Amino acid sequence: MKPAAFDYVRAESLDEALDVLAAEGADATILAGGQTLVPMLNMRMARPRVVLDIMRLPGLDRIDIAEGAIRVGATVRQRALERQADLGKHQPLLAAALPWIGHAQTRNRGTVCGSVANADPSAELPLVLVALRGEIELRSRRGARRAAANAFFTGIMSTERKDDELIEAVSFPTAHAGAGYAFREIGRRHGDFAIVACAAVVDTHKARLAIGGVADRPILRELPLPGSADLTDALDAFAADLDARDDLHATAAYRRALVRRLGLQTLQEAAACRA
Amino acid sequence: MVAESETTAEPNGWVGRSIPRVEDAALLEGRGRFIDDLGVRPDLLHAAILRSPHPHAEIESIDCSAARAADGVFAVVTGADVKALTASLVVGVKAPIECWPIAIERARYVGEPVAVVVASDRYRAEDALELIEVTYRPLPAVVDPLVATGAGAPILHPAVKSNVIGERTFRYGDPDSAFASTPHRIRVDVHYPRNSCTPIETYGVIAEYDPGDNSYDVLANFQGPFSLHPVMARALKVPGNRFRLRTPPDSGGSFGVKQAIFSYVVLISVAARIAGRPVKWIEDRLEHLAASVSATNRVTTLEAAVDTDGRIRALAFDQLEDCGAYLRAPEPATLYRMHGNMTGAYDIRHVKIRNRIVLTNKTPTGLNRGFGGPQAYYPLERLMQRIAIELNLDPLDVIRRNLVPANAMPYRTASGATLDSGDFPASLAAAIDAGKLGELIARRETARAAGKLYGVGFASVVEPSVSNMGYITAALTPEERRRAGPKNGAQATATISLDPLGAVSVQVASTPQGQGHRTVLAQVVADALGLRPQDIRVIADVDTAKDGWSIASGNYSSRFAPAVAGATQIAAMNLRERLARVAATQLNVAPADIVFAGGRVAARANLDNALPFARLAASAHWAPGTIDSDLGQTIRETVFWTPPELTAPNEADEINSSLCHGFIFDFCGVEVDRLSGAVRVDRYVTMHDCGRVLHPAMVAGQITGGFAQALGAALFEEYAYAPDGAFLSGTFADYLVPTSMEVPEPVILQRESPSPLTPLGTKGVGEGNCMSTPVCIANAIADAMSLTSLDLPATPTKLAALIHGRQNEPRVKS
Amino acid sequence: MPRLMAASSHRVSFTLNGRVVSGEAEPRMLLSDFIRHVLGATGTHVGCEHGVCGACTVQIDGAPARSCLALAVQVEGADIRTVEGLAPAADRLSPLQNAFRDNYGLQCGFCTPGILMSLDALLDERPNVSEAEIREFLSGHLCRCTGYASIVKSALAAARQRREDRVYA
Ligand code: FES
Ligand code: FES
Repeated sequence: MKPAAFDYVRAESLDEALDVLAAEGADATILAGGQTLVPMLNMRMARPRVVLDIMRLPGLDRIDIAEGAIRVGATVRQRALERQADLGKHQPLLAAALPWIGHAQTRNRGTVCGSVANADPSAELPLVLVALRGEIELRSRRGARRAAANAFFTGIMSTERKDDELIEAVSFPTAHAGAGYAFREIGRRHGDFAIVACAAVVDTHKARLAIGGVADRPILRELPLPGSADLTDALDAFAADLDARDDLHATAAYRRALVRRLGLQTLQEAAACRA
Repeated sequence: MVAESETTAEPNGWVGRSIPRVEDAALLEGRGRFIDDLGVRPDLLHAAILRSPHPHAEIESIDCSAARAADGVFAVVTGADVKALTASLVVGVKAPIECWPIAIERARYVGEPVAVVVASDRYRAEDALELIEVTYRPLPAVVDPLVATGAGAPILHPAVKSNVIGERTFRYGDPDSAFASTPHRIRVDVHYPRNSCTPIETYGVIAEYDPGDNSYDVLANFQGPFSLHPVMARALKVPGNRFRLRTPPDSGGSFGVKQAIFSYVVLISVAARIAGRPVKWIEDRLEHLAASVSATNRVTTLEAAVDTDGRIRALAFDQLEDCGAYLRAPEPATLYRMHGNMTGAYDIRHVKIRNRIVLTNKTPTGLNRGFGGPQAYYPLERLMQRIAIELNLDPLDVIRRNLVPANAMPYRTASGATLDSGDFPASLAAAIDAGKLGELIARRETARAAGKLYGVGFASVVEPSVSNMGYITAALTPEERRRAGPKNGAQATATISLDPLGAVSVQVASTPQGQGHRTVLAQVVADALGLRPQDIRVIADVDTAKDGWSIASGNYSSRFAPAVAGATQIAAMNLRERLARVAATQLNVAPADIVFAGGRVAARANLDNALPFARLAASAHWAPGTIDSDLGQTIRETVFWTPPELTAPNEADEINSSLCHGFIFDFCGVEVDRLSGAVRVDRYVTMHDCGRVLHPAMVAGQITGGFAQALGAALFEEYAYAPDGAFLSGTFADYLVPTSMEVPEPVILQRESPSPLTPLGTKGVGEGNCMSTPVCIANAIADAMSLTSLDLPATPTKLAALIHGRQNEPRVKS
Repeated sequence: MPRLMAASSHRVSFTLNGRVVSGEAEPRMLLSDFIRHVLGATGTHVGCEHGVCGACTVQIDGAPARSCLALAVQVEGADIRTVEGLAPAADRLSPLQNAFRDNYGLQCGFCTPGILMSLDALLDERPNVSEAEIREFLSGHLCRCTGYASIVKSALAAARQRREDRVYA
């Protein structure tokens, strides 16, 4: 289990990194924390010609909390965000979801933006970003742009990032006064990828629920408020629409059942902890 | 209630005390000597193995030209090369099948070796694997053992014309009359799954070939049994003395699994011969999961003839054992290891057994902790619960009424084993009391009142140890056995040496993988010679060219404490007796009046009349003339010990399959989460009577370790295959080993009924929970959910379907 | 901007257990292989090479991490600690190591170095760590021998010892 050969570039500036991406396109793979990429290299499921290490890019290691958003730079490790002072006050959903990512030992290396870039359908951070309607900041030689989380994830481990683009940062909206947030997840063992993960946001007149681990990407839906009569039907419909599949660890029916039940619990919890 | 370690000196010796392990300092400082840590020759090359992606396929061609031409590549080895230089591995049944360490013309399971690349480093070897072009013609595959027995199933080995390669029936007592005359017939049907104990260190082999004298020299983290040494030597077509096998000082766990490395020993030896240089292969985890070895999966129908009070009059087993794609030695041992104790802890006189062995397109099977125990006890202990439910009895009463009574010990079972000692009913009673079963039952009632799915399960088993090398021949008919010659016994060996400074060294062929053998033997020998454990040096790794060993050597069937420690004790006492006679002359007293204590050898009546032990011990080196010639030497003592009770199977197919039998009674409480179907083991109590305990903390460690593996087997682990033969559990993210979050600490209770058959009164202890725990947990789940049948692993998705599936999925309004 | 070519080896250097070390590595060489086979520090073990078992755990700039999920070239200039760096002297164990010996926290010892590196960091960060926190942190490691009970006990004992050492220091 050893990687195939590749060139390695350690970019020292954003310009350099973007040059490599512009020149190499799909042949280059961005290496940040490596917790997703390196196992794929080891199994030779990823075979880039060039590995572009961005972890020494200056200025991308910042967490900025301002203007209604928590902006997390490309090289910020998951563990650093987890330890950010008062994270739970600024965005309880994010704080609740972070400890569910892998294990402390992988969060010490894995980056927040890397998890978003890899777009594993069971991953927690893409789910939270979608639930909160966050944004992804992308940059290339051609310029910078912002993408809405909901449209960014396009399928299993695929996003609408172009080959020459680098995720420079992601932004999680901070908590709204009067809104409640909750995160729940069920996996096989502690630290395993989610079989079903639920992220709920509930305020005075609307509720939304994002589901990970079921469809090919995190899916967000507006739902009736917990307590209203039509929520059950709406959850049933949501579960049915998610196109759940069987795999080694769970059947589609199991996943649908969890969406309905765990989804309801998560919404109820969010409603209960509304500020 | 794990046994506490004792730190104060006890007057009656070191044995029985939890002293610190001599193994630990090096391991804790990163100075372990595992196979991949050891120095190698400068011309060493590295191997990587190309494996079949197909469960069943003809290999039409293999083009290695590009791989051979690749940078750093020294050799590429295919099945044809291996066939030219070796013979098929010996197969344990009389059927025209062959077993090679690499696919010959046809691949029969996903992961089967197809080619080996030998290159300057592992990275380049793996690069070259990608350049090998294999043309496969896929064949239909069969993975379900029942389907494999049917007409029209794809045949794995066309020479046999059937996938069922062995069948035997056995009859003990008069089962048919018992079934006819007993009021109730109760039966269970079980599909026991495939799993493995997956040691964290994988296989490793370093092999070299000397063309000058046609000999192989191999270092491998093999665990035994060394009965595989002749299998390997024969396959390599050399006499045993030209196949030198050594094991590294440390091995990162095995649990039976590193037995099956032997086919890779052959394969890498051939690769080294072809490459003309020493070759190292370290298995990676993907290789390990797909293709190292697995426990057998087994389909069992077990039926009992039962009286209305729950007393079992007869049992009828129908066992279909799935050994995977090849019958690899020592299989079909899994099916026969428990043969003498198929009636478990119960007094049941009438038994019939049908055993069939089937091959399917899955990884070949082999040793795995519990070896045959989980497969046999799962149906038996599920049956005990079913009897209680169907006859409306208390499950404990059903167990109690059938347990072998204390006054029947030693008890000869219907199928020929001798249960050597123990008071099973008393152990059961003690466990119920000290383990607070009453509280647990109350907990169940409270949980149920709160709407929870909570259940309590029981299991009682006997844990066999020290396998009879002859049990496997029960797979042959008496007639076939007569022709093959008798096989029996379990030779254990130990050597104790005294050096010129009078220090004591011990060598045994026990190949430990973490069990602390060196510490325990130091305790045993220290007691015999009046020394301290730190005065004794123990070597437990093996060099077949220089050390004492037998085919029974190695670390399996829990033979260390009863057999190896026992042989060491005998060797130490022999040496002590001779040293006492030497000392007697020098101290002018009778040999019987010599005492060994505190590093001195003294006259009992006058402890000042003494010699330092070291001086006495060194005397045979420095002044052999002072030693009485009829005493021989006192430099080195080698003992071989085999228990006479382990006789070959008789004409009636009765077999004393193991020397010792410990007793285990477990109970547990589990809660099944209504939402997720996940099982939480709330409380687990395990009572062991494993005879005399040499080191309480190590015994506790064996129990908690085995328990964790068994919990994994019950709830998480499975080598899963798709119906088309695709292997689904190929990574550690798919094959789920439980972590510290899933494994609770069991409550351990102990009683000690020394075995009358072993030198130290010890019995094995390492495997028991792998036998008792899976079914104990299953019984608790069945109790929680009122299930009639349940197969493992009890996954959330399986249980949730039973919990929620009763109301159908809601129809969605569109 | 250095571009390290696939086909050649490149000098990598970092601090290993307080000493500057260096060796040659192709870009694709895993840190675990580099530490073990280039630098010869074989105390760090490899059990899966896909980030699940934790046997290969080392501290990278103080944080426990899988060395099989890092490239050697990635940690140029970093501060790496491995099990060989835990004992205060060759013949003296650290309190954490001692606790493992006293509580039988290891059997085969293959998982142990990785576990020690994780726990060492955990105990530094949380001197009053609870059993629940220890179990959660340990869940990033697989041990097949012990069933974890003795490891948890060892960790709790080590935390206690370290607190006492601090008081009396
Ligand atoms: S070897 Fe790195 S996590 Fe298993
Ligand atoms: S002590 Fe053997 S794997 Fe943990």
